[in-house]
Amino acid sequence: MSMGEEALIRVQNLSKSFGGVKATNDVSFEIKRGEILGVIGPNGSGKTTLVNLITGFVKPDAGNVYFGNKKITGLDPAKIADLGIVRTFQIVRPYHSLPAYKNLIVPLNSPRIKRTKGGKSGDRDAVAIDILEEIGFERDAFVPYKIASTLPLGYLKRLELARCLALKPEVILCDEVFSGLSASEIMSMVPVIERLQMEGITILMIEHRLRELFRLVNRVVVLTFGEKLMEGTPEEVVSNQKVREAYLGVETEELEEEEEEEEEEEC
Amino acid sequence: MTTNTPIAAKEERQERLDRGIKVRTEGLYALTSWREMSYLLAPRALLIFGLLFLPLLMDPYWQRVVCVAAVYALLALSFDFLAEYVGLVCLGGAFFIGCGGYISGLLNHHLGWSPFITIPIATIAGAMVSTLILLPCLRLRGVYFAIVSFMFPMLTVNIIVALNVFGGTEGISALATLPNIWFDQYIVIAVLIIALFVMRRLVNEDIGLIFRSIKDNDQAVRASGISITLYKIKAVFIAALMGCFGGAYMSHQYGWVGISLFAMDFSILPIAATVMGGGGTLVGPVLGALLLTPLSEALRGFGQLRVVLYCLILMGFIVYKPEGMMNYLQRKYHQFEHWRKV
Repeated sequence: MSMGEEALIRVQNLSKSFGGVKATNDVSFEIKRGEILGVIGPNGSGKTTLVNLITGFVKPDAGNVYFGNKKITGLDPAKIADLGIVRTFQIVRPYHSLPAYKNLIVPLNSPRIKRTKGGKSGDRDAVAIDILEEIGFERDAFVPYKIASTLPLGYLKRLELARCLALKPEVILCDEVFSGLSASEIMSMVPVIERLQMEGITILMIEHRLRELFRLVNRVVVLTFGEKLMEGTPEEVVSNQKVREAYLGVETEELEEEEEEEEEEEC
Repeated sequence: MTTNTPIAAKEERQERLDRGIKVRTEGLYALTSWREMSYLLAPRALLIFGLLFLPLLMDPYWQRVVCVAAVYALLALSFDFLAEYVGLVCLGGAFFIGCGGYISGLLNHHLGWSPFITIPIATIAGAMVSTLILLPCLRLRGVYFAIVSFMFPMLTVNIIVALNVFGGTEGISALATLPNIWFDQYIVIAVLIIALFVMRRLVNEDIGLIFRSIKDNDQAVRASGISITLYKIKAVFIAALMGCFGGAYMSHQYGWVGISLFAMDFSILPIAATVMGGGGTLVGPVLGALLLTPLSEALRGFGQLRVVLYCLILMGFIVYKPEGMMNYLQRKYHQFEHWRKV
């Protein structure tokens, strides 16, 4: 796997509070060009907030996000997507009244795509169906022509990714694309994501399914309570004691032992 | 064991089948014969020829009603488009009418331009003014946009009365009128048919798909690198065009503009028409308006009780047929229905 050491996205000291809750607290890390970066952490550790902050859906209280050398902190989400940083939504957001392939008409009509096409429209329906097929919609079964509200979750997750791909992105931020999918559905999604990386797209993946995630990613950032616990290769993360405590949970016996030790110390 | 349940007690059951030519995918038809062509063409032809022959069947009093009904139909079409295809529930129909009406009236009164120039100018300028004024509210959604858009007509009336501009409470009278009653009717009917045709095409074009996507999920549209405000502006402008034409047309039909152009009726009746006709069908609200306006005209003797009637119709449809007339009819038209012995 070839990838540069150049940082494509730099997150610097990003903080965001909702009321008294520090959803993101002084988080810094880099996404390198061409890599797949995993972001893991327990529920409520600020993973989705991080994606919202990078893509402009939530404005940070402090800190900055750079795309290459350009500061993109607090820009409008449409503007950030226009630069080529696109995201999927954890809770799928299809245009449910439209057929699946017409869902891609929106990104295909975006200024970003119109610029590259030099204003020519072309056959957008055909392009849309090609993208859907690439992402795993069976063309023969008329799946691309079905109304989105009738599609099962597996296809809707694919549709989220397809809508990102239609924008010809540089970076995709995937917010739990595997959640709610069966093991076999995930197995068919993994090669799709591997192929995206080979096509040169940089990917950030938030995921709870660690086994599948660790097979895909080059590096992992671990969040807990809005703060960055550590970053490193999957092997480093798995063997790190702090991560095991925060994320994977410690054995109850160990906990009891620790508590006993603490009590002894107090005495 | 289950002898008491109605299903088991019935010896027949109703079977519904989609007509063969309607493929499962919405709006895709396989036509193989004239019979099938006419099956699709007949309802459309009925509507167009029905509208064209309508004035011939009416006496002079009711011909006036046709004109007003067509204006309401345009408003209902614009309401349906904004509410069902863009997700903006706009109660500012009276504002569109008022803007178009006053611009047309002022141009005619002060500059003496003929209605054939003032109506097109007022249509476009009025739509631009309406869009500009609604611009700050476009980021609002749902009921908030509805409330704000509902306030604008009242606000404008109070400004006109308080500052005594544009003729104040008297309005501006002695405007040029259109040549004759036939021209009156056919110009507005022609515009109505064209608007209906254009809107039906538009909602399936790319721009229409983006409008519908904004309604389904505006955040996802932003994530696709498209400014939703820009498209909402386009949508409001298109909707306002129809309303402002109605206003400009009415000012020359009556030869008078006044604060009654901002009357609540213009905001409320299109909603009743849309609920009754079937939201999201575009043609349903038009038919709803063409039925409701004469009905309310026939009940003119009851005065304010007319509003009670609107409310009753609205309530009746919301409770008993929330899908509306047109959705119901379309479904029945596309299905065979027959009873089968079990």
